[in-house]
Amino acid sequence: MEYTFSNRLKIGAIVCMVLGLIGVAYGFYDSHKYATVEDVKVLLASEDHGGEHSADGHGSAHAEEGHGTGHAAAEGDHGEEAHVEGHEMSHEEHVLHQIHNRPYAALYVAAFFFFMISLGVLAFYAIQYAAQAGWSPVLFRVMEAITAYVLPGALIVLAIALVANKHLFVWMDPEVVAHDKLIQGKSGFLNKGVFIGLSLFFILGWSAYRYIVRKFSLAQDNSDNNSYFKKAFRWSAGFLVFYIVTESIVSWLWIMSVDPHWFSTLFGWYVFASMFVSGITVIALIAIYLKSKGLLEFVNDSHIHDLAKFMFGISIFWTYLWFSQFMLIWYSNIPEEVTYYITRIEYYKLPFFGMVVMNFIFPLLLLMNSDYKRIPWFVVMTGIVILCGHYIDVFNMIMPATVVDRWFIGIPEIGSVLLFGGLFVFFVFAALSKAPLLAKGNPFMKESKHFHY
Amino acid sequence: MEASKVIHAIYTDDDILMSAVKKVKAEKHHIEEIYTPFPVHGLDKAMGLAPTRIAITSFMYGCVGLAVAILMMNFIMIEDWPQDIGGKPSFSYIENMPAFVPIMFELTVFFAAHLMVITFYLRSRMWPFKKAENPDPRTTDDHFLMEIAVHDNEDSLTNLLKETGAVEINIIDKDEEDAH
Repeated sequence: MEYTFSNRLKIGAIVCMVLGLIGVAYGFYDSHKYATVEDVKVLLASEDHGGEHSADGHGSAHAEEGHGTGHAAAEGDHGEEAHVEGHEMSHEEHVLHQIHNRPYAALYVAAFFFFMISLGVLAFYAIQYAAQAGWSPVLFRVMEAITAYVLPGALIVLAIALVANKHLFVWMDPEVVAHDKLIQGKSGFLNKGVFIGLSLFFILGWSAYRYIVRKFSLAQDNSDNNSYFKKAFRWSAGFLVFYIVTESIVSWLWIMSVDPHWFSTLFGWYVFASMFVSGITVIALIAIYLKSKGLLEFVNDSHIHDLAKFMFGISIFWTYLWFSQFMLIWYSNIPEEVTYYITRIEYYKLPFFGMVVMNFIFPLLLLMNSDYKRIPWFVVMTGIVILCGHYIDVFNMIMPATVVDRWFIGIPEIGSVLLFGGLFVFFVFAALSKAPLLAKGNPFMKESKHFHY
Repeated sequence: MEASKVIHAIYTDDDILMSAVKKVKAEKHHIEEIYTPFPVHGLDKAMGLAPTRIAITSFMYGCVGLAVAILMMNFIMIEDWPQDIGGKPSFSYIENMPAFVPIMFELTVFFAAHLMVITFYLRSRMWPFKKAENPDPRTTDDHFLMEIAVHDNEDSLTNLLKETGAVEINIIDKDEEDAH
């Protein structure tokens, strides 16, 4: 079974990218309308003005309170030590920074979201090899195609991180570091050399594994023995060790370091659960799409059922980690840790708790029934909600540290999602069209074709 | 009317049993019961048994457990005696909810699991000191037994079962069996 990248999909992806680019460009243009502190003063005055004229008069008090705490939280982000040493920054200047950070953060969230899908699929793929799973080989080509985005996706995330520089990572701003004892203490790890060096090393490792195992998978198709499969098995087992270490470190570098004063031990696992469940969801969505085109007739209900079980189970696993992280910090309520959640609950109430509904309650109730897991439109519907939920998850990790209360899911955010969504579809479906959709040389293929649950 | 006689066909292989079940069903005979030493995959489908609803009961028991946990802790910790314990906010349930989640989870699982097991025992009539309903002790080791009611068709049924590969066919008088 060959797949040819249909023109309609190709044009759709390109249109998404163009619209996304326009949205991103508008985001940068819009945020740079506020060039100086004076512009921000005008903006804040107009916002206060609006509050005074609100019907019940409660609005202005609320607005003032909001700005007051907003200032405090922003100070926290830029280092309270800074203030002890007499480095004062006005409220307006903070707001100006937040406005300028927004398009960078929007771009970064979307870039990381699509990258993490493909890295999650790469881990899932390696697990299927290492576990010698008998059900999944019919889906290997779909997984291989999704992982084609690992290399470009990771390079884009790194590039955005470096271009955005201090707009995302305050520890990249020497001005801030000079006044901040806490960041100074962490500078052995949080410095640009380590950031770039480790990131490049990890990207090299992931894409090398992806390149090698894809080569083996294609070579196995025309082989008369299982030597390529055995090699792929060994590489996968090795990769999983590499992956779990690098994924953890990359989540500290690329995500946790946007809040350089905060740390959490299970953060790496938490990010892993997020990328794993989004990856599995995308495998299911693409498999259902291709099957609806009549291209995967060897994929049956039971394969979809198994993927849906994974979506269900890993969604609960994600929630377990989300809640463990939240509850431990909420319970002990240590000021240095708890600011992380105070910022989120104060300003991100809807996205913060909304994502728990989308990532937990919704899949829990919809995918619990065994019969529903075999109905394609049910899986697609749940999958779309899970993907939106995990976009918001990444949003909640990055935005509170960069734009604080000046967040909105508007043109810059949607534009970025369209841009990288189009790019993702383009890479994935181009890779799908490069090889037959059935990895026929796999020794488990016969079992997988007759898989029945 | 209950049939007074049943026929016991004994098999020694689960594959032969499966094909026998299909054949007997095709001939439109009603299979009363099948005794096997281990679960035979697909036997329930071949016999045309209705799917189990025990998972649905388990879900409902889980909901009961969750409700018990919420009502219990809301009464004890919030309504009855809202003390300040280590600065935890006991003003409303939602404010202190994260602390209650471990108990909510465990009680949900506890109710779902235990009540479902008890439901299973009740529905399958299992309890200590229950008299075993085993027609032939060999069915717990390596033999399979199919029980079919006889309605004046003893000979044709015997011939049919012989054809399906039964190693032994016994006619049992039910009234005698029930007498003790």
